[in-house]
Amino acid sequence: MAMITADNRGLRLAVRYAVLILIAAIFVFPLVFMLMSSFKPDQQLLRDTSSFAAFLPIGDISLENYFDAFKRAPVGLFIFNSVLVTGVTVLLTLLVCSAAAFAFVFIDWRGRELVLTAILATLIVPFETIAIPLLLIASKLPWFGLDGLTFGWLNSYQVQIVPFIADGLTIFLFVQYFKDLPGELIEAARVEGATWGQVYRRVVMPLAGPVLATAAILKFLVMYNQYLWPLMVVQQEGYRPVMVGLQYFFQLNRAWGEIMAYLSLITLPVLAFYLVLQRAFIASIASTGVKG
Amino acid sequence: MARVSLAGIKKTYGSTEVIKGVDIDIADGEFVVFVGPSGCGKSTLLRMIAGLEDISGGTLTIGDRVVNDLPPKDRSIAMVFQSYAIFPHMTVRENLAFGLTIAKAPKAEKEAKVAEAARILQMEHLLDRRPSQLSGGQRQRVAIGRAIVRHPGVFLFDEPLSNLDAALRVDMRMELAKLHADLGATMIYVTHDQVEAMTLADKIVVLNAGVVQQVGSPLELYHKPANLFVAGFIGSPKMNFLKARVDAVDATGVKLSSPDIGSLVLPKPGVDARVGDELTLGVRPHHLAAGPGADLHGKVVLVERLGNETLTVIGTPSGQQIVAALPGDIDITPGADVGLVPQAAKASLFLPSGLAA
Repeated sequence: MAMITADNRGLRLAVRYAVLILIAAIFVFPLVFMLMSSFKPDQQLLRDTSSFAAFLPIGDISLENYFDAFKRAPVGLFIFNSVLVTGVTVLLTLLVCSAAAFAFVFIDWRGRELVLTAILATLIVPFETIAIPLLLIASKLPWFGLDGLTFGWLNSYQVQIVPFIADGLTIFLFVQYFKDLPGELIEAARVEGATWGQVYRRVVMPLAGPVLATAAILKFLVMYNQYLWPLMVVQQEGYRPVMVGLQYFFQLNRAWGEIMAYLSLITLPVLAFYLVLQRAFIASIASTGVKG
Repeated sequence: MARVSLAGIKKTYGSTEVIKGVDIDIADGEFVVFVGPSGCGKSTLLRMIAGLEDISGGTLTIGDRVVNDLPPKDRSIAMVFQSYAIFPHMTVRENLAFGLTIAKAPKAEKEAKVAEAARILQMEHLLDRRPSQLSGGQRQRVAIGRAIVRHPGVFLFDEPLSNLDAALRVDMRMELAKLHADLGATMIYVTHDQVEAMTLADKIVVLNAGVVQQVGSPLELYHKPANLFVAGFIGSPKMNFLKARVDAVDATGVKLSSPDIGSLVLPKPGVDARVGDELTLGVRPHHLAAGPGADLHGKVVLVERLGNETLTVIGTPSGQQIVAALPGDIDITPGADVGLVPQAAKASLFLPSGLAA
């Protein structure tokens, strides 16, 4: 076996860093390209794509594309819609799925294994399969809103939120996490007189930080990237989310600079959300390896 | 404070019966220890008293109430778990006050009770710390404190010291004994450690395979074991068992013989045996002395010097190994021949059924 010297340790480190930088670059370059292009007029943008200049803020740099994007489409409204739909769905998903997982893991009731298996089985059903039946149901559901009782959920926020609240993957994440919590903690709380609701609220959820962050980020990404479903159920501009809004830029007078500006803008909420939760997210991934 | 009574208590999982009809009466203020090997059902029995396991049959009474179907919080019990089970996201103060917070007790009452528990356990300075900043012994103290705050009729302990190191275990054991003396509460304590059982208990319940083997005071169990299991389980080192034949029996005692002990007269009146019966003689290592006039001869196999005594393993002519606790400074080496004199008056005798004769 070769002796490990200071030299070849340095070399190994250098190789390791080189590989990591390369991988990071593969992920970052498209984002840099998007951001840089958003500041360039179309002609220069297309010319730069054949050189490394595509990744640099050089040439005729301005915020022109951003102003044009706002003129072409109600960008602010689309971002608002997406953030609202995504935010409310994430919150309700965390609440409903954690409560469901709590009941599966801690409360003894007849048939829970069967029900859990059935829920997990939904993970293998692609959304496209149920999209049409879901559309038919949504188009007939009653809603009691500001206009009184109405029927049909099309063109609304709730049609983009409610079908996605209960979600097998999120329940599964919570179930796995709850199973690793020491059972004696829950028993101790029960002996102390806590009801199931109090055990959930005061003992289990305060300890669920890492899984809450993971589930929130995964759900956020799924919801923020929604395209097919809103395309099917929303015809009115007022309820459109960002991904459907992208269509506005592929109609007449396609302008790549504006598209890049729009894409840069709609990436901001994702980055902001990730930055807020990244510490907890990384902690939860790390904790799966070094539990206890 | 409360009396606890178990009458015909049973626990079954499907068709498997793990607790097979247990009857125990625990007086108000008594310290009772359930002891037995792993899997004997002692923890299950405790959890049934706590209300964490359903009772499949029989009647459980705490105080004057049958509590079979009551939830844990209505049984007037508090439990200390093996893993401490203190809430990691709460401070010590919040942990202690948890039950009172749940019960929506007034703030003043909460503070007074927490302060009292902290004083009893001398942990006033720890109240604002989180469990992660505490040592194992301090965590255990918090768990006990949480039980004290509830002022329960019955304290339940599920192997509370088994996660502590040996020195700390001895300290905590003494503290628990003092706590029992101070509070005068009924305490039920589960352990597999017979030293804990012997030192803490007013009354020991020995369990094996879901059946109560014997209930009695520590010394009763030590000197008058009801059967071979209890004789072997209580006492350290273990009691020696030797096969012996009955040569004569009368109202005053029994005369026994075997290749290992030669001939021995036990002054045991009323033994239900006949000449020729094959019985088991039980002699504790501490009831064997080296010296002249020995009944029992053998070769020294192993010498363990503990300072205050020397544990000596001796191989007998029949090929059996027995242990004798000899004086600390005795001059003895492996391979030497040794003769032992059993204290016949303190020996136990067991029938072929395993029950004490």
